[in-house]
Amino acid sequence: MNAIPLVTHHTETLFDSEQMVLSMGPQHPSTHGVLRVILKLDGERVIDLDCDIGYLHRGAEKIFENRLYPMIAPYFDRLDYIAAVSNGLLYVETVEKAMGLEIPPRAQYLRVILTELNRLASHLLWLATHALDIGGFTVFLYAFREREEILKIFENFFGARLTCHAFRIGGMTYDAYPEFEAQVRAFCDLFPKRLEEYETLLNENRIWLGRTVGIGVISAEDAISLGLTGAPLRGSGVDYDVRKTDPYECYADLEFDIPIGENGDTFDRYLVRMEEMRQSRRIIMQALDRLPDGPVMGRVPKVIRVPAGEVYHSIEAPKGELGLYLVSDGSTKPYRLRMRPASFINLAALRKMTVGSLVSDVVAVIGSLDIVLGEIDR
Amino acid sequence: MMIASGPWMLALNASPKWLESLVEQFFAYLPAWLTSNLTPTDAADFIVWPLIQIGVMLVVVLTAVAYLTLAERKVSAWIQARVGPNRTGPLGLLQPAADGIKLLIKEDVIPFKADKTVFTLAPIISMVCAFVVLAVLPYGPHYASITNINIGLLFILSISSVGVLGIILGGWASNSKYPLLGALRSSAQMVSYEAAIGLTIVSALIFTRTFSMQGIVEAQRSLGVWFVLFLFPSFIVFIVSAVAETNRAPFDMAEAESELVGGFHTEYSGFRFSIFFIAEYANMVVVSAIGATLYLGGWYVPGMDWVAAQLPEAYREAALTLMGITAFAIKCGAILYLFIWMRWTFPRYRYDQLMELGWKWLMPAALANIVLTATIYIIGKELGLVRSVEGVLQMDWQGKVYFTVAGLLAMFPILALLNAINRNSKSFNLRAQRTTIPISTRKVKLSPGVKPA
Repeated sequence: MNAIPLVTHHTETLFDSEQMVLSMGPQHPSTHGVLRVILKLDGERVIDLDCDIGYLHRGAEKIFENRLYPMIAPYFDRLDYIAAVSNGLLYVETVEKAMGLEIPPRAQYLRVILTELNRLASHLLWLATHALDIGGFTVFLYAFREREEILKIFENFFGARLTCHAFRIGGMTYDAYPEFEAQVRAFCDLFPKRLEEYETLLNENRIWLGRTVGIGVISAEDAISLGLTGAPLRGSGVDYDVRKTDPYECYADLEFDIPIGENGDTFDRYLVRMEEMRQSRRIIMQALDRLPDGPVMGRVPKVIRVPAGEVYHSIEAPKGELGLYLVSDGSTKPYRLRMRPASFINLAALRKMTVGSLVSDVVAVIGSLDIVLGEIDR
Repeated sequence: MMIASGPWMLALNASPKWLESLVEQFFAYLPAWLTSNLTPTDAADFIVWPLIQIGVMLVVVLTAVAYLTLAERKVSAWIQARVGPNRTGPLGLLQPAADGIKLLIKEDVIPFKADKTVFTLAPIISMVCAFVVLAVLPYGPHYASITNINIGLLFILSISSVGVLGIILGGWASNSKYPLLGALRSSAQMVSYEAAIGLTIVSALIFTRTFSMQGIVEAQRSLGVWFVLFLFPSFIVFIVSAVAETNRAPFDMAEAESELVGGFHTEYSGFRFSIFFIAEYANMVVVSAIGATLYLGGWYVPGMDWVAAQLPEAYREAALTLMGITAFAIKCGAILYLFIWMRWTFPRYRYDQLMELGWKWLMPAALANIVLTATIYIIGKELGLVRSVEGVLQMDWQGKVYFTVAGLLAMFPILALLNAINRNSKSFNLRAQRTTIPISTRKVKLSPGVKPA
C-alpha cells in the first residue's frame, strides 16, 4: 500500500495481534504543516515509523541558482516562515562573509534585536502548538497573544508580519522607526509576567508532566551522532550554541546564558526553550541599551559579485543550527546554494525517539522537535 | 381500569385538574367504542399530560444544549482572553441557530466503504440514549418531572452504558482508521469509568435509601442537608469520572483532535455529526443533573420550604416548583461550568494514563469509600445518631455533624490506600517514565556557553 518500505521490528506480545499501518498526514492537525508520518501500529503502540516529506517542495535551491544575489534574499523568508528574520539574516551574512563586507555597528545591533524578537515569536509559536498537541488549548491562545505583539512590531518595521524582509547585503534596508525602541521595551517589560502565566498552566501540571517527562528521550551521544542542534541537542545536555561557539554580528559583546537540559526528554526540551525565551529577552534589553548611532548601510558595490570560492556560514536559528553553503563562480549569481536546514536534521531523530511509545507520544515529540515544513522541503 | 388506581398513581405525576376537564370535554365528542377501555382521567394522566411534559422538556433541553455550546465558547473565550462569538445576533445569541442551520444544509456524506446501515444508526443510538435519560431527571417538585420511576438511577446508568454503543458503532462503521482507534479508545474509557461511577454512587445510596431520583431529592429535603457534606470523597470521584464518561477534556481520548483528527466522528459530516455533537452535550447535561441530584440536593435548597410557607396557600405549589427548577438549573450550571473550566485549563491525558487513573485511582477510591461510608453509617446507627423511619433517614444536628466530619476524615484512609496501591504498582507503559517523574519541578542548568578557542 505504501511506497515506502517499513522495517519490521519483532516485538513479543502476549496475544497475536494484527498490525495496522496508519498514515498520519499530510493533512493532520498536529504534523505542523504537511509532514506525513507513516506509523506501523500494534494497537496504539508504535512499532515503526517513517517520515514522508516533500509535500511543500518548491525547488528553492534550484531557484537560487538563477537569481541575482539581492533577488535571492526574499526567498529565504519563505523557507522557515516562522522565523523569516533568522533565515534572512543567514543569507545576507553568508554573502557578506564571502565578499568580506563590513557591517555598521548600528545595523548589527538592530539585526540582533530583530532576530531575537523573531526567536521569541518562533518559540511562542512552538509553545502554542506544542501545548495544543498535548491538549492545552488555552496556552495556544495565550502564546499567540504575545506573538501578536511581536508581529505588530515587525509589521511596523518591515511592512510584513510573517515574511519579514529588511536585511540587505551590507546592512539594513531602513533604520528603525521612531517608536521602535519604546515598543520593544514595552514588550520586554510585559513578557516575563506572561511567561510565568504559561508556566503556571504547565510546569507543575501533573498531566503535562505525565505527557512530557520521559517521553522521546534521546541521549547526548545519539543527539550528536544524529546531528541534532538547537533545543533538542541542548535538552540532552550538550552545551552547543552557535551564538557562543562561533559568534556572529555583535553576540560576542552581549551577555547571555545557554540553558542546558539533563535527560533529553520532551520536558527538558520544553524547559530549555522556555529559558531561551528569557535569555532572548535579556539579549534584546542589552542590545537596546547599547544601540549605537550611525548609518545602517555599509559600503556595498553597485553590482554584487561574490568572488569565486566556497563559503559556509551558520547561525543559531530558533530551530537549531541553520547553515548555508555558498559556491560561487565569481558571477552575479551563485553557482550553488545549499542549506543545512535545522528542522530536517532534527526530524531525523523522530524515529529514534518514538519507536516503542504510543501514538500520542509521536504527536508530543513532533511538537517538541519544533519542525517547519517550509524549511524541510525547501 | 387497573392502572387508574393503586401504586401506579404514585409513580407518575398526576395531571392538573384543568387538563383533565379539557380531556373530558374532548372525550365527549369521541364515539363510545373508542373510549370504552379508557377513561378521560386515565387518558389525561397517562397519555396527554406526559406528552405535553415530554414536548416541553425536549424543547427546553434542546435549547439548553444549544446554548450550552454557546456558553462553552463564551466561557472558553473568557478564559483565553478572547471575545468569542459576537457577530450573530446580540452577544452572539443566535450563534447556535446559525450553527444548526449550517450543519443542516451541509452535504450529508456517507463514505463509500462505510457500512451504511450501521453508519446511519450510530448517531441515532447516541442521541436516543442521551435523551431517554432526560425522562427520569427530577427537574423540580410536582409537575416539573416527566416520570418518577423507582429505579431511576439504575435506569440512567444502564441507558448511558448503551450510549457507548453509538460511539463504537460509529467508529467501526466508518471503515476508517482514525475513527476505529477513537472508538476503541472511547469504548474502553467509558466502560471503565462507568464502573467507577457506578461504585461511587453505591456509597451515596447508603444515605438515599432509594434509586428513585425524586426519592433521592426528598431524602435530602427531609434531612435538610446536601449529601455532598456526607460524601465528599465520593463526590470528587464522581466529578472526575463524569468528565471521563462524557469524553471531555482532559479525557477526550475519543476525539483527541491533535492525535486522531476527529476521533470516532472523523467521517461524519453535516447533521449526522451534529447529532453526535448534541448527544455529547446532552450527556453533559445528564451527568451534571445526576451530580446535582445525588450530591447537591437536586431541586432542594435549604430554606425553600420556609419561603413557600410564607406565601398564600394557592401559590405555594407554584412557588416551590419555580424555586426548585431554578435551583436545579443553577446547580447543573455550576457543574457544567466546572466541566468547561477543566476542559480549557488542562492538557490531555494519554490513553494509558487515563486507564491507569480509572483503574488504579478512582476504582479503589470508590470501593474504599463504600466500605468506609458503610462503616461510618453503622457506627452512627449504633450510637443512635441516625434512625430509619419507613425507609427515610432521620437525624438530629449531632448526626449531621458526625456524618460530615466522618465523611471528610474518610479522605485520609482513602488517600493512604491510593498511595499504597500506586507507590509500588508497575505501570505497563509508564515503566520508563515512572522512575524519572520528579517530586519537585526540574530546572535547566545555565551555562555561559563554550567560548571559541
